[in-house]
Amino acid sequence: MRCDNCKERDAVINLTQVEHDTKVTLHLCEQCAQEKGIETGTTVLKTPLGKFLSAMEKSTTLPVPADTLRCPACGATLRDFRDTGRLGCADCYQAFGDHLRDLLRRLHGSSQHVGERYLPPGAAGEANAASQLLDLRDQLRRAVESENFELAAELRDQIRVLE
Amino acid sequence: MIDLSLLPDGGVAWLDASGPNPHIVLSTRIRLARNVVGHPFSLRATDADRAAVLARVSDAAAECGELRGAQLLRLDELTRLDRQLLHERHLVSKELAALDREPSEARKASAVLIDSPAGVMVNEEDHLRLQAMVSGFALEDAYTALESVDTELGQLLPFAFHPEFGYLTSCPTNAGTGLRASVLIHLPGLVLTKEIGKVLQGLTQVGLTFRGLYGEGSEVVGNFFQLSNQTTLGKAEGELLDHLGRIVRQVIEYEEQARDVLLKTAAGTVDDKVWRAYGLLRYARSLSFEETMNLLSGVRLGVGLNLITGLSVYTLNKLLIHTQPAHLAALEGRPLSDTEERASRASCVRRLLGAETT
Repeated sequence: MRCDNCKERDAVINLTQVEHDTKVTLHLCEQCAQEKGIETGTTVLKTPLGKFLSAMEKSTTLPVPADTLRCPACGATLRDFRDTGRLGCADCYQAFGDHLRDLLRRLHGSSQHVGERYLPPGAAGEANAASQLLDLRDQLRRAVESENFELAAELRDQIRVLE
Repeated sequence: MIDLSLLPDGGVAWLDASGPNPHIVLSTRIRLARNVVGHPFSLRATDADRAAVLARVSDAAAECGELRGAQLLRLDELTRLDRQLLHERHLVSKELAALDREPSEARKASAVLIDSPAGVMVNEEDHLRLQAMVSGFALEDAYTALESVDTELGQLLPFAFHPEFGYLTSCPTNAGTGLRASVLIHLPGLVLTKEIGKVLQGLTQVGLTFRGLYGEGSEVVGNFFQLSNQTTLGKAEGELLDHLGRIVRQVIEYEEQARDVLLKTAAGTVDDKVWRAYGLLRYARSLSFEETMNLLSGVRLGVGLNLITGLSVYTLNKLLIHTQPAHLAALEGRPLSDTEERASRASCVRRLLGAETT
């Protein structure tokens, strides 16, 4: 399994944090674990948003320099978000999805909404299929991450049918 | 000046202490954060963007049966005093009322739809903050009221929603359900027995948070605490409410136990303390807000323990609202100096307490 932090080296340490009553497990390589240390873990818990935002700066390995990542809809950059703690528009969630997913997991213990599913006015059927598809893709991603290939194959077939 | 009596239930129907556990829990408030597709969030919005959002929301509200009796107030057209009045009634956040801003001017097109029990703040941090406030400890009632407004408005306006992240909000701490439920609870027993620290620490360990009387960023006065959920994503609305409800029930139990301990170990002291508080409130000629809150806490404890009889929780709730600075200025019909405000507060307290015999 790859390290959750650098996404390069193999994970050798499982760091389980109990945040509120939710368990969050991070798989880290030795180097990232050392860098994070216990100190990082606890400070992140104290002020999840602030500390995580500054930690993002260190951990980013995306090809595009993260700061200049820009939302095509409203023009806000990831830097703007780091400075203000507020997103520019709904599309920012798509544009900064990878960064936000990690942040949401730290803040809430999960990035997957399990509450009421909203259907916009007039587009009930279409939205349903689209949302189902996105759900399945997400489940597929997680199945692959957890190396549950049998489930992954099943999900892939379901996705093909819907597509 | 706005006439608060024209608002549905004066915007404060929850004061009547008709809900469950009213002597310990004053009110239950739930809000849902929602944004309209196609408009930037408030911090990035221009005045024109905000005006467009307000136009869409007020059109939708006009069509919305659940908001039939709602009154729309534009905060950018109100004086600072009026905005503060609405904030003191917990109808508008400090942020939307622009009380901290200098000069204190509300953002263009910021507004509030006031209805009982559910209303909507418009162009706050999120385009819509649907909110419901009910008397006592009644999470389910508050949510039921809010859910029907949410469902109807969601069919009149396209809300920003993502299959993975749920309802999309300006701050990621609200994403998912967008739901924040708060219970305003009075815990003098735990404070007097010095158990409160442990209880508050325990709360943060189970994913809850506490704040003062006016919510985020406000200080705890008069032993009033707002307990609310910290996370909004990864759990369904029902689970979030169940969890908060379970913990609040436990806190109520602890508070009742602490009150029993006080009565068993220091009955005389407690009796003296609550009557002294009553005496001061009943006869003082000058009262600061903080002192009033602390004395009201003592009297409320006395009423809860049946040491003081003949005084209703409703009157105590009214006192919490009517002794606030903007309410006193509105009552006197002019801005007040500090000294005048203290005198006016003491007179307001004497009048309301004097109307009830103990």
